[in-house]
Amino acid sequence: MSDLLTFENVWLEYGDKIVLERVNLMIAEQSFVSIVGPSGAGKSSFLRLALGQEAPSRGRILLDGTPLPPECGPDRGVVFQRYSVFPHLTALRNVMFARECTDAPVLGHLFGAARRRAAEEATAMLVEVGLGDSLHQYPTQLSGGMQQRLAIAQALIARPRVLLLDEPFGALDPGIRQNMHRLILRLWEEHQLTVLMVTHDITEAFKLGTRVLAFDKRRVDPHAPHRFGATAVYDLPLKHKLPLDTPEVSISGITIDRIGNNSQR
Amino acid sequence: MRWVNVRPNRRSSILLGTLPLLAVFVAYLIAAAIRHGSNGADKILPTPLAMMTAMHSLVIETDPLSGNVLFWTDTLASLQRLGIGLGICALSALLVGMILGVLPVARTTFGPLVTTIAVIPPIALLPVLFIVFGLGETAKVALIVVGVAPFLIRDLADHVADLPKEQLVKAQTLGASSWQLALRVALPQALPRLIAGLRLSLGPAWVYLISAEAIASDSGLGYRIFLVRRYLSMDIIIPYVAWISLLAITTDVALKQLSRRSFVWAHEAHR
Repeated sequence: MSDLLTFENVWLEYGDKIVLERVNLMIAEQSFVSIVGPSGAGKSSFLRLALGQEAPSRGRILLDGTPLPPECGPDRGVVFQRYSVFPHLTALRNVMFARECTDAPVLGHLFGAARRRAAEEATAMLVEVGLGDSLHQYPTQLSGGMQQRLAIAQALIARPRVLLLDEPFGALDPGIRQNMHRLILRLWEEHQLTVLMVTHDITEAFKLGTRVLAFDKRRVDPHAPHRFGATAVYDLPLKHKLPLDTPEVSISGITIDRIGNNSQR
Repeated sequence: MRWVNVRPNRRSSILLGTLPLLAVFVAYLIAAAIRHGSNGADKILPTPLAMMTAMHSLVIETDPLSGNVLFWTDTLASLQRLGIGLGICALSALLVGMILGVLPVARTTFGPLVTTIAVIPPIALLPVLFIVFGLGETAKVALIVVGVAPFLIRDLADHVADLPKEQLVKAQTLGASSWQLALRVALPQALPRLIAGLRLSLGPAWVYLISAEAIASDSGLGYRIFLVRRYLSMDIIIPYVAWISLLAITTDVALKQLSRRSFVWAHEAHR
């Protein structure tokens, strides 16, 4: 396993407000990194940097050893909590979108055999995420969980180097969330993905991740709280994941170790 | 049961909706009967029979002066001006609105210009249009365009610019270029909004059309109304106004149906 994504002394500042400071991280290929932390600790900003939606104000981000352009590209896939599918396209067309973009630069639509191939490929992907029966439904006709399945299928078909998930299961019911956990783990293994997932749910972070990053501020100036940024304060590689059927309980801290991660380090 | 929870079903909705219209009609009949009771030659509130007689000659008979059946010539002339005007509005809104909505650079550059044009009262520009384009068809169409297009452009540009950022990011991660983003993500979602904007613009468009026709024309529904006003011909004005309303309602319903049929996804959430 080599390092796929490297953060070298990355800072993110807006004017004199520092959001992230001194982020130094190496993300290994085929790892599943969960990112937790309190609200406002820069988790989503970190993801936006990895996505290329924003450029760091200092430092460099390298993907496969080359600096990341400050623009989103097909090497990084993304699933947001909401709005990450196109409401005007059916499930099938949503998943065909990536292929149509790469193969039809001018018209944006495929025809004939190319279209059939794209449709077959998209259908297979939809079947894989369990949406084989909803090919021709619009996203508004799908439930929240199905919409997220669709968003994942849509992202995976572009074969991204890194899959970025921004609280993808935050808006779902607990039962549905467990199904989604199984799904994402299965896809992660089958497609040998590298995943960065931001979550509020610490149990989820430990169930899914092979590594958990906790973002927070190391220092706080009470008179000028915006002058210190957050960074990865804990970086825990996990040898054992929490079992998938772990009930969702509110854990007061992340130091509870029920499965021996600490003792074996 | 509280009043806020009383919801009429489909049949009683139709009945309830018809009642006020019927009431207005009956009130008119009573008022007309009273006026005709005191003065048999009253022209202000003509009876339906008088209206039918007056309209008969306009709808059926050929006008000896022009050789046309006036009612249909008027209708065709007005609808043609309205159609061309709104068509130009829709196309320009689609083109300019999309560019302003999709490209932040274009929005910063041309947004203030569009806003400035939009706040000019179109009727105030009518003399300018007559001077520039002459008294022919062009000036009338131009008035509709000047009046309606800026509103449509701004509405569409705002709508496109307000599309969830997540969608734009997602499209880019799927490999979409600026052009594909505009064509595949922004345009399809702008179209139902354009139709909604057109429906809202129908009222103002008719106002501009009738204003232009009233001032300089030789045919058109607005022209006829203002012409026969000189003879106090309420028996022609009232049917003409009713006809204009009917045309407006029909256009509105047609546009609504078009949107519902073509963009099922846009109406799904509001059911």
